[in-house]
Amino acid sequence: MTLSHRLHRLSHEDRHGLITGLLFISPWIVGFLVFRVAPFFMSLYYSFTFYPVLEDPTWIGLANFRNLLTDGRFLSALYNTAYYAVFAVPMGAFFGILLAMLLNMKVKGMSIWRTIFYLPSITPVVATALVWLWMFNPRGGIINYILSLVGIRGPGWLGSPEWAKPALILMGLWGVGTAVVIYLAALQDVPRELVEAAQLDGANAAQQIRHVTLPMISPVILFNVITGLIGAFQYFTEVHVMTGGSGSPADSTLMMSIYLWQSAFQFFKMGYASAQAWIMFVIVVVFTVILFRVSGRVVYYGGR
Amino acid sequence: MNSQMSTVALPHGEQHRHSSRYQAFRGITEVTKYGALLFFSVFFILPWVWMVSTSLKNPQELVVWPPIWIPHPIRWDNYVQAFAQAEFSRFVVNTLKIAVPSVIGAVLSNSLVAYGFARVRWPGRDAVFALVLATMILPGFVTFIPLYIAFHRLGWINTYAPLIIPVFFASPFFVFLLRQFFMGLPIELSDAAKVDGASELAIFWQIILPLAKPALAVVALFQFIGSWNDYFGPLIYLNDKALYTVSLGIANMRTTYGFMNFAWIMAATVMSVVPIIVLFFFAQRTFIEGIALTGLKG
Repeated sequence: MTLSHRLHRLSHEDRHGLITGLLFISPWIVGFLVFRVAPFFMSLYYSFTFYPVLEDPTWIGLANFRNLLTDGRFLSALYNTAYYAVFAVPMGAFFGILLAMLLNMKVKGMSIWRTIFYLPSITPVVATALVWLWMFNPRGGIINYILSLVGIRGPGWLGSPEWAKPALILMGLWGVGTAVVIYLAALQDVPRELVEAAQLDGANAAQQIRHVTLPMISPVILFNVITGLIGAFQYFTEVHVMTGGSGSPADSTLMMSIYLWQSAFQFFKMGYASAQAWIMFVIVVVFTVILFRVSGRVVYYGGR
Repeated sequence: MNSQMSTVALPHGEQHRHSSRYQAFRGITEVTKYGALLFFSVFFILPWVWMVSTSLKNPQELVVWPPIWIPHPIRWDNYVQAFAQAEFSRFVVNTLKIAVPSVIGAVLSNSLVAYGFARVRWPGRDAVFALVLATMILPGFVTFIPLYIAFHRLGWINTYAPLIIPVFFASPFFVFLLRQFFMGLPIELSDAAKVDGASELAIFWQIILPLAKPALAVVALFQFIGSWNDYFGPLIYLNDKALYTVSLGIANMRTTYGFMNFAWIMAATVMSVVPIIVLFFFAQRTFIEGIALTGLKG
């Protein structure tokens, strides 16, 4: 049955609604086709080509992907991105929930605390990166000074291949505020009666958190972890600002996004960069699907 | 009278003893609670103090051990220098040239689209909306190379067009946020207007939009901050220094002027943050409610 047949079968009211609805969402339809679908498939095509910007792309089959598998810098980028995601996402969730729980304990001066925690997350990332760059400075930087006060000789941080990624993860926690506000809103929605019922049954604080609070906010945790993961795979600006786009020292902060940018804008290998983009896309989709699947057993969608 | 008082006083006293133990326990949790909040606050506040302190130092004070908290003398001059030498004011004007049209584009396009999903009934609507949400997981890195090449062919490199025009075609996140809000408005409002013969567009423009001001404010704020803070877009689309935005401009100062000038780079950084902080204090409620709205109803 053709589309026009289908349309004729709709009631007059439905057809009217369809036309009105599509007109309202037409900005999205155009944007979706022009800025998402078309470039999506174009980059898939480019990923199978040799494309040095100034010349037209030539088809080279899977060569880009084969080369990536033996490209040490790409493998470092994969490793560095995975390292960052594995630590930054769970730690972000942990501190986000912890701070939200503290704020949910009927604290005085709520708006002050909330401002303190939230403000960094709307600060321009470039500003954050520049300040932390200076804080991590081993000579005259504040972080190693504070460590020295408790008798620890601080590492070289961004100058050291071992400590550069932990430095980025620590800096990332400064931006946990958005998650705090989201978790706090979720916690405030947990019905009082549920917590009180658990208290009457003799549950201690840890049990209340484990069996009542966390399950009740689990859909929000899932949402935050997924957006956090997608963000982690596209982690770019901080590294670009702090290392001048190089991913130094010794490629220890070379993220997938940074290598992709270098391939496209420093080496002008658009096909090679597109292949990297598609690998990034597949990884993000696979992890999102896995998270949804696994969470099906853990996440509680009770009241929804 | 006397006995009566004692019978009343006894249970009261017992209750009091119980509650004082409870209060002692509460006292401990209170102390831990505020202690923990204070402890974490140090982590969140320290970078601000360091930022301001560094921005007022003279070059010799930058790498002294132990670090100096309060510079002597305080070099207000760093701010003047950042403003003049780095042409900070031009960065601000450039950023506003992007942010203001973007805010208009985001408010207009996203409210139209969200209305189509929230308040017009049409076959297939929910499936299409699911598609809108699904596109949220598409990393921008997948699409930017073909977009860059297309914008290049159009001659849009070194113009603000690639940073502004896509904003006029709605974004999944804002559509989702506004749809939530529109769905919460009573349907009777539309029904009554329809009986009076109002078109869907008239209902949208005259009834729903005025009621949706708080939600539109959230979109406007987030879009403004998004444009103000954006780094990747300006980085790839703007090569001419005269067109640089605040974020790109101060990042570029670091590579151009290096560590010895870090004090006035920090001064520029402080100036780049001030508008965001001012905006936050004026619209605190809008921020917090907006964020909660996006995160909660997922």
